Amino acid sequence: MQHAPQLYSAAMRMTRNRADAEDLVQETYLRAYRGFHGFEDGTNLRAWLFRILTNTYINSYRSKQRRVQETELNDVEDLYLYRRISNVDQASRSAEDTLFDLFTDDEVKAALEDLPENFRLPVLLADVEEFSYKEIAEMLDIPIGTVMSRLHRGRKAMQRALADYATDRGMLSRTPASSEDPVDG
Amino acid sequence: MADCNETLRELEAFLDGELPRATHDSVHIHLEGCMDCLQAFDFHAELRAVVREKCSNDEMPPGLLAKIEACFGEDFDGDGVVG
Repeated sequence: MQHAPQLYSAAMRMTRNRADAEDLVQETYLRAYRGFHGFEDGTNLRAWLFRILTNTYINSYRSKQRRVQETELNDVEDLYLYRRISNVDQASRSAEDTLFDLFTDDEVKAALEDLPENFRLPVLLADVEEFSYKEIAEMLDIPIGTVMSRLHRGRKAMQRALADYATDRGMLSRTPASSEDPVDG
Repeated sequence: MADCNETLRELEAFLDGELPRATHDSVHIHLEGCMDCLQAFDFHAELRAVVREKCSNDEMPPGLLAKIEACFGEDFDGDGVVG
């Protein structure tokens, strides 16, 4: 069960709570166990398990949770976080300030988990689990072009959320009211 | 050779490793000569690493693995089929 810790983390991002994440991982292994004859030697075991995890989540757990509509995301400009951080006066940042230290684990997790689900799953599968567009398209049963556009918009929304966290903690200055985005609904 | 706009447009697909060889190479060539674009690409590569690291470090609840293994021998969901 070498993949179990990864599956559990992914399940946490999907279900956003421990009890459901535990159930989801457990259910995933049971389905994998029952369907193991369907696993072809030489194919990628990890991708196969994640495919079961994703399907199980979509079919069983999503409906249990507050039904989120296929939400649209407000548009965020390209390179949003990059530009916000580049605008910070270099002198006010200490040299050892890295991106890694700028955000807490909980903030990064929340930025991902707060994405509407149709954006959250592609970003999770691509940026955290490093699956290819093709693999993600198969797991989510959507065209590759849709994977790409959801990744693009989901990533931008995540960067926007991260910028907001950093701003709230006083690590980024508030921008001049150039972009007047409404609060994500 | 690609210009800055063309290069930045390919940023995500480049970092995703999804560009066709020729496009990947032309982005690469541009980055070698353009500090501004290189910085933007570096930033996003680092951000990607931060997201990956911070979103995959949850500690599995103790006992979960044992619970899963125990289930393999049981009629877990009550459907009359063991396993």
